[in-house]
Amino acid sequence: MSEFQPKIVTFLCNWCSYGAADLAGVSRFQYPPNMRIIRIPCSGRVSAKMILHAIRSGADGVWISGCHPGDCHYIEGNYYARRKFYLLRELLAHTGLEPDRLQFSWISSAEGVKFAQVAQEVIQTITALGPAQRLIKQMPDAVAEVA
Amino acid sequence: MTTATKERAENALQEKIQEKIRGIAATLLENGTVDAVIGYSRGSLSHMTRAIMAKTREDAQKLVFNSHCRMNLAAYLTPELMEKACAGKDRAGKVAVVAKGCDSRNMVIQIQENRYARDQVHIIGVPCTGMLDKAALARGVEQEQANCATCIRRNPVIHDDLAGDPVPETDPDKDRFADVAKIEAMAPPEKAAFFDDLVSGCTRCYACRNACPLCYCPTCFVDEARPQWVGKTVDPTDVMTYHLVRAFHDAGRCTDCGACEAACPMDIPMRHFTRKTIRDTVTAFGCEAGTDPDKRPALDRFELKDPEGFIR
Repeated sequence: MSEFQPKIVTFLCNWCSYGAADLAGVSRFQYPPNMRIIRIPCSGRVSAKMILHAIRSGADGVWISGCHPGDCHYIEGNYYARRKFYLLRELLAHTGLEPDRLQFSWISSAEGVKFAQVAQEVIQTITALGPAQRLIKQMPDAVAEVA
Repeated sequence: MTTATKERAENALQEKIQEKIRGIAATLLENGTVDAVIGYSRGSLSHMTRAIMAKTREDAQKLVFNSHCRMNLAAYLTPELMEKACAGKDRAGKVAVVAKGCDSRNMVIQIQENRYARDQVHIIGVPCTGMLDKAALARGVEQEQANCATCIRRNPVIHDDLAGDPVPETDPDKDRFADVAKIEAMAPPEKAAFFDDLVSGCTRCYACRNACPLCYCPTCFVDEARPQWVGKTVDPTDVMTYHLVRAFHDAGRCTDCGACEAACPMDIPMRHFTRKTIRDTVTAFGCEAGTDPDKRPALDRFELKDPEGFIR
């Protein structure tokens, strides 16, 4: 089998990191194609359900990126997100999930270089962890046979 | 004091409280101050109590208080019940509730979340000395519930009447998160095995959710179908996802009242999940849920200096 290629579900804030990804693209900065990008209105929109849903559907990692503190389009959404993600990351680590499977960053829309760099770091970190083992929903055999 | 004398003293204390609750409830109902009184009554099994909605003076005499009042009656304070209580009357309902220290903390949160207005409830506060663990009782051992041993508010935070003299609070400097630290010391695979084993008996009956005064979403995430966040089976991943999200939804709000564990027919100690979130909210954000009516819950506010070492 060839080298492990992780699938990473990436939630990017419409007002900053999504723009940064766009900028990285038009500037032709290279980063590996392991990400599945989902555009969201604010990092504060991401809930625990979404993160767990990504993992149970087979993602090897989840990366969430939003605006720098103080730069939120909705003034304070990323501050609430920061508290939420801190607690969630701690809780998941406490129950046995590798904490590095969840990645967070603040990237503004002007930081195309940072976006490509962080993307590489995130992919490297999650590749090093190997395929996800925990919290993945396995379909029962009977259903799998029918399918 | 020996254990036996301490118990007798506690029983005497609880009997006094019970008499006071009945007296207060009868007066409130007679004066028409409230439409109904929600309290504990004798259960059909020994060592159990059940909730009762007393509407007359006679009903009020059925109210009890003892070491088996594990339920959190704040869970009954729903808009439907308020409506039912004042049926046929030309004003908003008002009910009285018997509340221990932890229950009153939940009511603080419910009021902060605009579940009901403060003047719609009349809180009959009860200074609490702890409840007996029902799983231990089944084995014939009289033992305090684990959450009562680490309780920080034995006396109600908010109340309109107090059914008994305030009891001394536990030592605030006591290390009350030893259980969390013990799990944190484990290696990740050990943690995973510990929690997998913990919930392996879960039948997904949702008794823990229904017993919780903070679980009141009109549609719970487990019932949402588009997308379906969690399967409805007892598949290990589904069960774990349910418990993780349930615990996370209570993060910064859970008061460790223990109603979830007391309601569990499989005796699953699911407080191990919420304990972690409580410990983190206290250490990282300095918030104790429901202890201050003027402070919003932990996840409803922020500080500029919140921890962000995990963010790139």
